[in-house]
Amino acid sequence: MRQRLAGHSVPFLPPGMVSGFEFQEKHMFGDRQFAEGRMFAFPSHYLKGDGFMDAEITLRVDGEEHRLTVDTRTTILDALRESIGNTSPKKGCDHGQCGACTVLLDGRRVNSCLTLAVAHDGAEVTTSEGLSENGELHPMHRSFMEHDAFQCGYCTPGQIVSAVGMLDEVEAGWTSHATEDGENVSLSDEEIRERMSGNLCRCAAYANMLPAIKEVSDR
Amino acid sequence: MKAESAPTRERPKILPSNPGKIGESRPRADGVPKVRGEFEYSSDLRVDGMLWGATLRSPHPHANIWSIDTAEAEDMPGVYSVLTHEDVPGRKVYGMEVPDQPVLAWEHVRYEGEPIAVVAADHPETARRALEKIAVDYEILDPITDPAEALREDTPKLHLSGNVLKEVHIKHGDVEATADVVVSGEYEVGMQDQAFLGPESGMAVPDGRGGVDLFISTQWLHIDRDQIAESLDLPPEDVRLTLSGVGGAFGGREDLSMQIHSCMLALDAGRPVKMMYNREESFYGHVHRHPCKMEYEHGADREGNLVYVKARLVFDGGAYASSSNAVCLNAGTFACGPYDVPNARIDSYMLYTNNPPCGAMRGFGAVQVCFAHETQMDKLANKLGMNPVELRLKNAMKPGDKFPFGQTVPEPAPVAEILERVENMPMPEEEEIIGRDLRRLPGGVSNVTRGEGVKRGVGYAVGYKNIGFSAGFDDYSTASIALSVEDGEPIIYVHTAAAEVGQGGVTLQAQISRTELGVENVAVLPADTRIGSAGSTSASRQSYVTGGAVKMACEAVRGKVFERVREEFGDEFGGELSMEDGSVLAGNRRIVALAELLENGGIEETVVYRHKPTYPLDENGQGDAHFQFAFAAHRAVVEVDEELGLVRVVEIATAQDVGKIMNPQSLEGQIQGGVAQGLGLALLEEIQMKDGKVQNASFTDYLLPTILDMPPVRMEVLELADPDSPYGLKGVGEPPTISSTPAIVAALRDATGRELNRVPVKPEQLAGIEGEPIRRAPQPGSRGPVADDLGSEA
Repeated sequence: MRQRLAGHSVPFLPPGMVSGFEFQEKHMFGDRQFAEGRMFAFPSHYLKGDGFMDAEITLRVDGEEHRLTVDTRTTILDALRESIGNTSPKKGCDHGQCGACTVLLDGRRVNSCLTLAVAHDGAEVTTSEGLSENGELHPMHRSFMEHDAFQCGYCTPGQIVSAVGMLDEVEAGWTSHATEDGENVSLSDEEIRERMSGNLCRCAAYANMLPAIKEVSDR
Repeated sequence: MKAESAPTRERPKILPSNPGKIGESRPRADGVPKVRGEFEYSSDLRVDGMLWGATLRSPHPHANIWSIDTAEAEDMPGVYSVLTHEDVPGRKVYGMEVPDQPVLAWEHVRYEGEPIAVVAADHPETARRALEKIAVDYEILDPITDPAEALREDTPKLHLSGNVLKEVHIKHGDVEATADVVVSGEYEVGMQDQAFLGPESGMAVPDGRGGVDLFISTQWLHIDRDQIAESLDLPPEDVRLTLSGVGGAFGGREDLSMQIHSCMLALDAGRPVKMMYNREESFYGHVHRHPCKMEYEHGADREGNLVYVKARLVFDGGAYASSSNAVCLNAGTFACGPYDVPNARIDSYMLYTNNPPCGAMRGFGAVQVCFAHETQMDKLANKLGMNPVELRLKNAMKPGDKFPFGQTVPEPAPVAEILERVENMPMPEEEEIIGRDLRRLPGGVSNVTRGEGVKRGVGYAVGYKNIGFSAGFDDYSTASIALSVEDGEPIIYVHTAAAEVGQGGVTLQAQISRTELGVENVAVLPADTRIGSAGSTSASRQSYVTGGAVKMACEAVRGKVFERVREEFGDEFGGELSMEDGSVLAGNRRIVALAELLENGGIEETVVYRHKPTYPLDENGQGDAHFQFAFAAHRAVVEVDEELGLVRVVEIATAQDVGKIMNPQSLEGQIQGGVAQGLGLALLEEIQMKDGKVQNASFTDYLLPTILDMPPVRMEVLELADPDSPYGLKGVGEPPTISSTPAIVAALRDATGRELNRVPVKPEQLAGIEGEPIRRAPQPGSRGPVADDLGSEA
């Protein structure tokens, strides 16, 4: 059967781990096996037993320390949403394709759905919720609102965190594929587009994100 | 109003308590929680003790089911409920128009991904594992995947009613008319996905007395409620729905997904049940835009006046009915485009197949035919040696003309005006291609050439569509306005069941209320089924219909306020009463503050608002089927790398009549978003099917426009009031999606000279790899007549 689909159905399992499960690919998609339905994967982090490991880790999320026990396959996104109850980062695809789960991990933006929590014990995680200080909106929050840089809002916490992380990258002098002379970064429209192209917005509020981000970077 | 992608006008400053009045841009009423990520989408819901639901789906597009054995799954620790068709308490099928879709399949499955069983467990992974323990014995059947095959007499019938779900035949004028100049063609539109970013999800909570509460993202709470209640065999009042945050919709949330399943599981297990599809499952969990094949023939005289249009439209409705009937009718009525066509014969067919069910998506039948009729108009212009805009202007429909379905074109219908406007808008600056900054080449920095193969092209298109529900549908909305005093300040509570899906409906309801009642503080209550139906957030109708209901309810409240004023202060004010700044005024004189007037009790009014009636089409496809029409025109400028097949859309220009600008910023957002989805259909987006199976159910393989793909959109907005609608407004959400696609493809044709009769256009077609003949030498930058003949004689 199709490898591609099978691969997508167990996205949260590193390849080497799949064999430990009784539901292998052939059971899921093979003809006339005992279970011939398509499976849709859910986060596995509360699964116990089956020879899989739990690990105790500490995450500092939006300034608050959390000590958690996680299955070693748990992503930061699932740890945030299901263990800590912080649903600011959204699950749009769980495959690193849409960017709705973007958080700052030790100050750097990542797709939290592709990042295993156990690999980041002690890390500092910032979600859009945590960008606020003393209950005040972050300038990027305000700018997105004033420029109407969203509609349904589902991608928005990810867009905002991504934009904040992106400005820090520019500040640090990191170049992108679109950097004009390959060395000196100036935040042109092209730079912003290139650097924000990993965050999908189906409502397509892109045209308003551009000036929203620019306004913050100009300050 | 003129605006470009980086609007220059002043942006509103955040004052969340101040919704502003109509006509003003205001930050969204739900903006603060949305930017912080605290807005609760249905996928964010959780409650102690909740279970997780999961769905077993058919891996086969067409099969008989001989048995379903759930015993092993039921025995698993942590599993609370395993349900199949046998456990559906009431009606075993559902559907908005035609209840033909099994809640859970029994004897047959008719599409890949059809739900067969559902499971609730204490943890999502347990639920998923339990699905594997369910043994289903299938007899695999050959799928019927081609609508043309489904239409043939000798093809097996997928439903008892046959394979033809709906046909609409429109006969207008002399259907045998002939003409001197004839062009014909065959066109195809692929299956587009709504691809809302928040997958289907919701949580059902049993009330302990046999009823259930469902927290859900949907477009229409009441039609969900009615279908759920039927299948649960419960009175509607025992099924209560509350809208959660909706992560986009675009038509894909009109049909049920996990609604009945989660309620069944919750009632069976006696615990709250949350269901949440992942992205792959979402591709199977909602309907898509109908793929369509269209045969067209246009006849005109030598001066370019249209004589007739003949069209045969064949839509793939997929396995179940969804809203296909209405799509079939819409497409038939709009098949000729916004032109004065004296004679027409339109045959529109909707077929059942074993492909995924198709239904509503932004543009709803108008999108497919617009691609075809606009391509035909370009072909005709070519053949006549006319400028394509001139040909369109010559034939543009005007108020007083007859639509091919017999209705009279109402005022306003500014087809010629919007075309002239897009034609006269300044063109984007033309930058020398060779030596240009790589970032502005098609493909951007990944373009490995120096631009030697890049050609520029320009294309035009115009389209139109009905607003709201048509053909005799009882289309209404309910609104309740409560005006009271809290902490010494007057406040308005607005309650409707209208779904906010990102369009800005809650902000608009607040703006209307504030405008009508002159009260600063407005609170929009959550949408739920405690109040009457608002109808669907679709067909670009909520500003009109729910906006109309809110306005009408405010007027009723205002009437009561004035009554109270007259009771207390008599009748002699020397001026007309009005409400402003929290007070009642007579002329400019303040009579009484609302805080004082309403001290001993507020005023609440609930109203039902209906627009004027519509009527079904007769056997010749004639009738006053629609109540409002919205028009938009687009001009696209593209650059194509002919060797690599890469495209850069340089700019989209558009003109649209909106009747009245209610919120400029929201309006711009709708136009931008609609254009993006039109661009997606032109160049990127298609669910690829093979033997009834979806090949690309992920965002790696189903491509959505990113910020890199979106060009600047230059827009001009007309405010020609509709005399029948609240404030004169027209629906705005869909027109941007309709004609943007054909404008982009026309520009690609202008650049490359290729036929491009199918969307989305693939790089292979543009690069000439996939049998896409060049019919003429490309003429970059031109949009004038070309000598060679693109069309074929009929």
